Amino acid sequence: MKLAAFEAQGRARWDRFALLLAALERGDRADAAELAPLYRHVCHDLSLARERQISGALVAELNELALSGHRLLYQARTGQWRSIGAFLARDFPRAVRREWRLVAVLHALFYGLALGLAVLAWQHPDLIYSFVDPANVSEIEEMYDPAGPVAGDARGAEDDATMFGFYIWNNISIAFRTFASGLAFGVGTLVSVIFNALYFGLIASHLAKVGSAEPFFTFVVAHGAFELTAILLSGVAGMRLGLSVLAPGARSRVAAMREAALASLPIIAGAALMLLAAAGIEAFWSPRQLAPYVKYAVGAALWLLVALWLALAGRAHGD
Amino acid sequence: MLDTIHAVQTPEGVDLALRVAGPVPRALAWAVDASLQLGVAAAMWILFGMIGGLAGLGLGLVLIAQFLVMWFYPVLFEVRAHGQTPGKRMLGLRVVQENGTPVGVAASVLRNFLLVADFLPLLYLAGLVSMIADPSFRRLGDLAAGTLVVYADPPRVRLAVIPDVTPVPPPFPLTLEEQAAVIAFAQRADSLSAERAAELASIPRQLAGDDEPRARLIAQAAYLVGRTG
Repeated sequence: MKLAAFEAQGRARWDRFALLLAALERGDRADAAELAPLYRHVCHDLSLARERQISGALVAELNELALSGHRLLYQARTGQWRSIGAFLARDFPRAVRREWRLVAVLHALFYGLALGLAVLAWQHPDLIYSFVDPANVSEIEEMYDPAGPVAGDARGAEDDATMFGFYIWNNISIAFRTFASGLAFGVGTLVSVIFNALYFGLIASHLAKVGSAEPFFTFVVAHGAFELTAILLSGVAGMRLGLSVLAPGARSRVAAMREAALASLPIIAGAALMLLAAAGIEAFWSPRQLAPYVKYAVGAALWLLVALWLALAGRAHGD
Repeated sequence: MLDTIHAVQTPEGVDLALRVAGPVPRALAWAVDASLQLGVAAAMWILFGMIGGLAGLGLGLVLIAQFLVMWFYPVLFEVRAHGQTPGKRMLGLRVVQENGTPVGVAASVLRNFLLVADFLPLLYLAGLVSMIADPSFRRLGDLAAGTLVVYADPPRVRLAVIPDVTPVPPPFPLTLEEQAAVIAFAQRADSLSAERAAELASIPRQLAGDDEPRARLIAQAAYLVGRTG
């Protein structure tokens, strides 16, 4: 079939289809019912034009039309999570429990290392200076000095808002990086978790040594429930990625990575939401100067809440 | 061009050809987007600096906005603006799922967050190696999310470059490759020396004949690109 003849019988249809596509892209759905039949017809034309080698330019034009139609006609469902409430009540805790082995391993790694280093630093008080800059150490000492104006009521509501923004910017970014760098065989994630464990253990031990245990622990106990858990969960998501590349099993690495990425997505999303809560607590509750037993009680309640939530929420009957 | 086509088979039984984009236009699009992100962040700092100092609430808001711009700017545009961030729009690129459908939230979040992994060990080396090794130029984030970056605009068929002559149909039907060769010749004919053009044109003797082969090929090319006369 000659180009001219082929064009003569199809041109009106192709122009109509192009107009319809433009209208639909604008959001004008008046003639939407025409899309499917026209699209099928254009696909048919494309097959014919290719098979009969009519003209490269025409094949390119029809391919482009069919692609645009395909993009409008077939759209993946993105809203698998019905709502944020349902996500937090069911999907997120379930996703965490599916990775319970990694959750256990990373918690053991983090708290084991932190505790080990805390004990070591207790015996060798100079150890902290090999990891943390002396200027930083004295800054931290000052922050939690029981005699000084503790990072607390001395600062006003304005500063609380600033710190809220800072914790979101800083902590959630760290969680996202901990997650993503796990793709490098898990190394990036492990480095991040280990570094945080060392830092946390050293600082806690050092502050206890200089007599600031109470200001420090009353400050961190409440938001720590969300913050430490969320950082470790972002580590779980990252290790899930890394292990899929290291040990893909009976699949290609790309297929394993894809499966891991989808499985870890709810975990990192939930971790981000937990860090949002942690930022709120850390900015507005943790600096309040209250009797230590109040702060410990609230902190313990929050730890219990997080543990029960992740362990029990969204369990089906007979689960 | 043939080697950068990613074919998608549709339920209609036809293969659609996606033209995947390579590292260079994608790096340029990234540079445009990164400068825009930086610019927006800087503008916010300046704006809030001018309005009553950076105290308290304002500073907190700037930090939150900075967080959103850094992590969610590409996701917002890819999901809301047909797979195109401003940089990709400028370079004529588009993100799609591997099956040619629009990119969804989950895939967009994954591919953009995993830019961090593509950056490793430094300066996007992992992403570059992955792109060069993959036939569809996918970086690690694309591999994990199942996405492609493709050219959004139709290929430019350079009709204008072919001299304005009366179109003549070829004496017999040509395959697409033969057509492409004839068209490419016509597009380049003016930039070749007369002798070289005549020499090249005399190779497909059945097509061009012995008399004025160059002019005949150009006339056939005009026909092949769809000029009516």
